[in-house]
Amino acid sequence: MKELMPFLKEMVSIAGLSGYETPIRQLVEETWRPLTDELHVSRLGSLHGLQKGEAPKGSGSCHSIAFATHMDAIGLMVTGVVEGFLRVTEVGGLDPRVLLGQPVVVHGRENLLGVVVQPPANLLPNMGPDTTVSVEHLLVDTGLLPNQVSRLVHTGDLVSYAQEPLELGDDYLAGHTLDNRVSIAALTYCLELLRKNRHAWDVWAVATVQEEETMAGALTSTYDLRPKIAVAVDVTFAKGPGVSDYRAFSLGKGITLGWGPNIHPTLHKMVKELADKLEIPCHLDPLPHRSGTDAYGMQIVAEGVPTVVIGIPLRYMHTPVEMVAIKDIQRAGRLMAEFAMQLEPEFVVELTEK
Amino acid sequence: MKTKRGAISKDLPKLRSAQIQLLERLCNAISVSGGEGEVREIILEQVKPYADEIKIDALGNVLVTRKGIVRRGDTRRLRVMLAAHMDEVGFMIVNDEGEGIFRFGVVGGIDSRQLPGHAVKVGTDHIPAVIGAKPVHLVEDSDLKHVFPIDDLRIDAGPGNGKGGKIKVGDWATFAIPFKRIGPSLRAKALDDRVGVASLIELVKHAPANIDLLAAFTVQEEVGLRGAGVAAYAFDPDMAIVLDCTPANDLPDWHGEENIHYNTHLGAGPAIYIADHATLSDPRLVRFFIETAEVQGIPYQLRQPGGGSTDAGAIHRQRTGIPSISISVPTRYPHTAASIARFSDWQNTFSLVYTSLSQLTFDVLVGER
Amino acid sequence: MKSLIQKLVEIPGPSGYEMQIRAAVQVEIEPFVSEVKIDPLGNLIAHKGAASRGLKIMVAAHMDEIGIMVTHVDENGFIRFTNIGGVYLRTCIGGRVRFLNGTVGVIGIERTDNRSEVPPVEKMFIDIGAAHRKDCPVRVGDVAAFDRPFLDMGDRLVAKAMDDRIGVVVLIETLRQLKKTPHQLYFVFSAQEEVGTRGAITAAYALEPDLGLAVDVTSTGDTPKGVKMDVSLGKGPAIKVRDTGMLSDPRVVDWMVRITQKAHIPYQYEVLESGSTDARSIQIARAGVPSGCLSVPCRYIHTPSEMVDYSDVQNAVRLLLELLSGEDKPF
Repeated sequence: MKELMPFLKEMVSIAGLSGYETPIRQLVEETWRPLTDELHVSRLGSLHGLQKGEAPKGSGSCHSIAFATHMDAIGLMVTGVVEGFLRVTEVGGLDPRVLLGQPVVVHGRENLLGVVVQPPANLLPNMGPDTTVSVEHLLVDTGLLPNQVSRLVHTGDLVSYAQEPLELGDDYLAGHTLDNRVSIAALTYCLELLRKNRHAWDVWAVATVQEEETMAGALTSTYDLRPKIAVAVDVTFAKGPGVSDYRAFSLGKGITLGWGPNIHPTLHKMVKELADKLEIPCHLDPLPHRSGTDAYGMQIVAEGVPTVVIGIPLRYMHTPVEMVAIKDIQRAGRLMAEFAMQLEPEFVVELTEK
Repeated sequence: MKTKRGAISKDLPKLRSAQIQLLERLCNAISVSGGEGEVREIILEQVKPYADEIKIDALGNVLVTRKGIVRRGDTRRLRVMLAAHMDEVGFMIVNDEGEGIFRFGVVGGIDSRQLPGHAVKVGTDHIPAVIGAKPVHLVEDSDLKHVFPIDDLRIDAGPGNGKGGKIKVGDWATFAIPFKRIGPSLRAKALDDRVGVASLIELVKHAPANIDLLAAFTVQEEVGLRGAGVAAYAFDPDMAIVLDCTPANDLPDWHGEENIHYNTHLGAGPAIYIADHATLSDPRLVRFFIETAEVQGIPYQLRQPGGGSTDAGAIHRQRTGIPSISISVPTRYPHTAASIARFSDWQNTFSLVYTSLSQLTFDVLVGER
Repeated sequence: MKSLIQKLVEIPGPSGYEMQIRAAVQVEIEPFVSEVKIDPLGNLIAHKGAASRGLKIMVAAHMDEIGIMVTHVDENGFIRFTNIGGVYLRTCIGGRVRFLNGTVGVIGIERTDNRSEVPPVEKMFIDIGAAHRKDCPVRVGDVAAFDRPFLDMGDRLVAKAMDDRIGVVVLIETLRQLKKTPHQLYFVFSAQEEVGTRGAITAAYALEPDLGLAVDVTSTGDTPKGVKMDVSLGKGPAIKVRDTGMLSDPRVVDWMVRITQKAHIPYQYEVLESGSTDARSIQIARAGVPSGCLSVPCRYIHTPSEMVDYSDVQNAVRLLLELLSGEDKPF
């Protein structure tokens, strides 16, 4: 079994911004190759890994369940080069207030180190000591001279966080892009467990692209694979300073299961009962509208797909210092594997009214 | 495209007390987006004796088929999808704060000013509760001008319903006002779109023989037209008609001037959509419905183009494109505790749709959009 | 090409009501394509090239423009309206509109105490010179486009609806000049782009292409204290890296850059922070279609005086021809 902590650290040290996931995909591909029977890349770059189920006697094919974990990361993109400084825009959603002073990597003709800086107030329109600066006013300084920068960087180049991941004891990790690499880790753990056990259904492990931007991966991979059940595994809010209401869950005290229009009630009930039986702490995450995960896209593809959302609590989401409990990743991975294993060959998802 | 007069009216089903009682059951049911079970059960009970096929899909849409009869000369029948959404706007319980007090999320577009001081009902058992409001005696004068912040509002089921009681996080709730017929009007919560659902049930029961009627009772319209798209994908129809409700903002102008933003008028008949925010109706279908209404002498109005959306928004973009139109019953105060519609508008909407369906042929879609 | 541009920009064709522009385009392209179809949303789809050693490529430019739709005709014959697509209300005041039936009108506003604010659309109306409702040749639901004649400044061309009639012209010119191609090409003159890239959704679903390429306008950053953007008029067509609706497939971007450099055509990288194109709908069709966009830089987009540079347009045609006729593929 792969050690989760080093695997996670390796994953967040590789770039893979929305639309440009190739580097992370290559790592996941290598990791999943021994764990899958088939591995291919979708037209938009998502990774599809198949662990075949045992087809019932007489029939040629099994139903399939797809686990979707998005592999893209948020970051920045260069919009212009001005006197050696880089102007940038967001890729994915982030709070510009956490960008100041952040170490970044500029992926130009070479990888360059840089820092995100806030120009002095007198060089910005209408700025006071108490106003925040939007992304369009920030700059990236690579420390290089303008003619060097012009040679090495152009509009459209990507900028990713350079914050190194931090092990906080044995049980917690802080770093950027734990959203959603922790779910890839959980899915990898799940595949390892499945490899050692029998399952009737085909299991698709899908590392999707562009969840942070367009859900293009979720939509197109689901159309391609047409699973009978789709499970989105993503991060959810963990309680912490400034975040304490019903939308957040304690770090390290278990995973979450979404409930609401984006989730199929029968599947929710099945997963919850299984979690209780396995004594995996699993909390209900009320989602009155959208889930904010790949499930939102997957649910409405073609004739519709029954969906479930599993959440791994994460503090400081979409900052360079997101924090996760390793135990929660293992819980998620185990629940996913057990759920896939208990699916009967002829099982059909149906609505059962209370 | 000529429409015929006269021959149709004899067969036109009328909406009577049985249909009104059914509408009452539908309006009083709780079916908030994502939890449409109660309305779904009523529909299934009503359509089972008539349907050729019934399917409940992955999102909970009820897809009902009534096949028509192939006429001489046609190789197949026109496949017409009709959609009415089962869900209503409402609330979901998101946190149990103990002693019968619950935090709730709003599902769908409800103006938060419509919330305080109302009776609600919760869950499959319709447990009564209230959304209270601070007593006016304790409110600062300066606060009277501000909206109650929605984060301060709670659903209160009384201390007897404290932790461990019948209400659970995840339960859905709606306003509790009961359906009532008042003179020419119908007053209820969720006329949007139980009126459409009731009409569609009648259409399934009296499906015209010249078409394949593909009835979709959809889910989650109020939270982004989520059910209609997959229903349309599954049916793959030749065209689609959506039966919904649309606001009638036909109240008096403060200055006594002409109200030019009425959207629709109560009593002026079914509202035919030319454009809303999500759909540019197929002009061929707009012409067909207007002509049918004029020839048959059914009152109709054009819904003012502009904002809003119906299931047609999701339907027309499916597959290679589906010519679509919406025909709605004008309703005052949708998405509030008590909406009001005229019975005559409902009857005329039903008549227009039924009559138009009976006269539909492939000719309607001839020519370019 | 200038006379074709003039002809096409002056035709009214707001989203959903593209009939007149579609008919004009059809006349222009019919001699050069093997098959022409009109789909349920009004897209015009033309097929060219039967070779199979390349890719199935969908190239899209939208025929529709922003406009207005009548919501009410008052008893004195004044017309109230709503917008079709992203109309800047400040461009409406004193503007002129042309309805599909030829009626022309002027946009007026109600009295306002605050002259420096743009009134909401509810306080605007159109005057077509009628004195009573019954004299008004326009009804609820009728549509109009903004009306401004084409202006040839030599290097610069100005008109309403350069977005995206200029893209339509680029496609037509490419069709005219395309001699050979290893690909199966579908030129889609799309409908309803301005209201949410709707036509492209169904066209891409129907065609199932291997590669999608939109041809549309993009903003520039070269006007006084304007938006900060690295695209300028006259510096060549822009290769879109991203906009608010999509990220172009990196392989497509690299391919476009490669071809442009080989052919010595000037080009610019484009990151657009406000707006999107048909490419975003093409990209998520079915199991996915790697997509990109060839942009014609344009100043004052969504005003009645959109400005392009003629050399950029000519270079866009050259680039599109190179992309579609060469053996070099993005994947």
